[in-house]
Amino acid sequence: MRFLLRRVVFYALTAWAAITINFFIPRMLPGDPVTALLGRMQGRIDSNAEHSLRVLFGLDQDTSMWQQYLDYWGLLLRGDLGLSFTHFPTPVADIVSQSLPWTVGLVGVATIIAFVIGSLIGTFLGWRRGTWADGLLPVATFFQAVPYFWLGLITIAVLSVNLGWFPSSGSYDRGLVPAFSGEFIGSVVYYGFLPALTVVLSSVAGWVLGMRNMMVTVSSEDYVTVAHAKGLPERQVMLGYAARNAVLPQVSSFALSLGFVVGGTLIMEMVFSYQGIGYTLYQAVSTHDYPLMQGCFLVITLSVLVANMVADLAYALLDPRTRTEDR
Amino acid sequence: MKNQLLFLRNGKVITGLVILGFFTLLALVGPWLSPYDPNQVSDALLSPPSATHWLGTDHTGRDILSQIIVGARGVLVVGLVAGVSATVVGVLVGVTAGFVGGIGDESLSALSNMFLVIPQLPLIILIAAQLPSAGGLTVALVIGATGWAWGARVLRAQTLSLRKRDFVEAARANGERTWRLVLAEVLPNLTAVIASGFVGTVTFAVLSQVTLSFIGITPVSDWNWGTILFWAQNNLALQRGAWWWFVPAGACIALLGMALTLVNFGIDEIVNPRLRSTGLHARSLRRRGIRPRVGFTPVVREVRS
Repeated sequence: MRFLLRRVVFYALTAWAAITINFFIPRMLPGDPVTALLGRMQGRIDSNAEHSLRVLFGLDQDTSMWQQYLDYWGLLLRGDLGLSFTHFPTPVADIVSQSLPWTVGLVGVATIIAFVIGSLIGTFLGWRRGTWADGLLPVATFFQAVPYFWLGLITIAVLSVNLGWFPSSGSYDRGLVPAFSGEFIGSVVYYGFLPALTVVLSSVAGWVLGMRNMMVTVSSEDYVTVAHAKGLPERQVMLGYAARNAVLPQVSSFALSLGFVVGGTLIMEMVFSYQGIGYTLYQAVSTHDYPLMQGCFLVITLSVLVANMVADLAYALLDPRTRTEDR
Repeated sequence: MKNQLLFLRNGKVITGLVILGFFTLLALVGPWLSPYDPNQVSDALLSPPSATHWLGTDHTGRDILSQIIVGARGVLVVGLVAGVSATVVGVLVGVTAGFVGGIGDESLSALSNMFLVIPQLPLIILIAAQLPSAGGLTVALVIGATGWAWGARVLRAQTLSLRKRDFVEAARANGERTWRLVLAEVLPNLTAVIASGFVGTVTFAVLSQVTLSFIGITPVSDWNWGTILFWAQNNLALQRGAWWWFVPAGACIALLGMALTLVNFGIDEIVNPRLRSTGLHARSLRRRGIRPRVGFTPVVREVRS
């Protein structure tokens, strides 16, 4: 219980830090792009919305920093992230909440697949170390070093442009109306296959290498030798004794790698014009839509924190030591 | 000393260092080496590789090989600057946290864990996009400012285990000052960890910077491999089948990243002898009559000559 409490406090602190960073970035950086944009928007923006933008970006020169900070929190707690400049006058919160489910679906499915496949391959490689299986390591290293988006470009070039198997952009057939029907879901899966495949391809290597190194370490533990000495079948020793213990650090490193995977997925969405939050961020960056950028960062960070908390909970369930350890 | 140079005999490390050396050379003498000015337009629009343009040309007839050669400098400088700045911050935070302990340790570790959990790439994009001019060095410093946490975390753990060792205690009993304890007793023992953290950060910095250039945040006139991919993506290189435009640049990034990872493997194998023996080639193990089996890991003692 104590473990969970500590984690919850930590995540609350991190969420506060992320929100505070988000508050300070536009204020600390030189230049004032927002004033220029507000000038361009003159007259088209109602005074209420303008006020919230001023609060979000620190343009009220007459209020103190502390008051600005309090106002900022007030807006956030009401779910007001300001208005988007490009999709004027749509609130940022609306745009972000429309694109978030797409990203969550893509990252979620791809990460789970990559984790399972990667850990299985890593188990095998670690168990058969020092044989031909080690020849697969350079391949894994290569995939780990390839930038996500370049792998995306290559898969588009091969599977979409040359072979024509999959669409190269978009997230569902534009001729369909979004509905909870078999046809629509099929289209989503079909369009999502290529982005998901690329995320899996580029993130699986990390899991393979991590699991393999843990297997190498765990295989020389006494309990594995004992399991062998008892004459248990090889498979059972590998999966039930060695892999079972080796997978724990994988789960705990899940939290740390998630931010990286999410970053990669955002880029992938930009490559595939997949209507998730990464693509929204991309559009915001290329049109200098500052409120939308800030909103995207905030929502991405908070979602990653929630996912991390779930991973920690899973870890506490898997590893009894975290539950008994009382310090 | 000879023992420390041992890792140069490792095949992976040699491969990695050779590739790194090649790119470093390219970064140093690239502008004199490139056959054309990377910005010079010509009549050969989007032509495939030929004798005059070894890697073909882009949509305005600029030579792609020259762009790659000139772009190497941008990539390596950013990697180096970001790596150095992140390592300095990481060492300061990590070693301090591990050495002082108590409340200072708690707060510094919490700080680095926060930076680990907050997704870095969106943060870098957010900062870089709001800067008036996000040139190479600015991006490098932003990456350094956000990317130090992993190194700090590993260094803290390592310092914690070193702090109570006998030789540190002995030095402390001799009345050594704290700064001398840290500089002369603890830091030298962290060299491998610091080096591996540095190499890891450089890898991450290269990938981030190339990504930023690819999505068009850094000025598109600064040549690096990401800029080439930016032009390729925005001029439908994929749909036009102009593979020579995006394959070589990406392959260079992958090659550089792989070289850095290989060097890091070598460092890991120094730190962890168990990995060292598995790093040996399967055939050479068999020749030595070592059969890696479950239950024990052969730890090969290298013969010193």
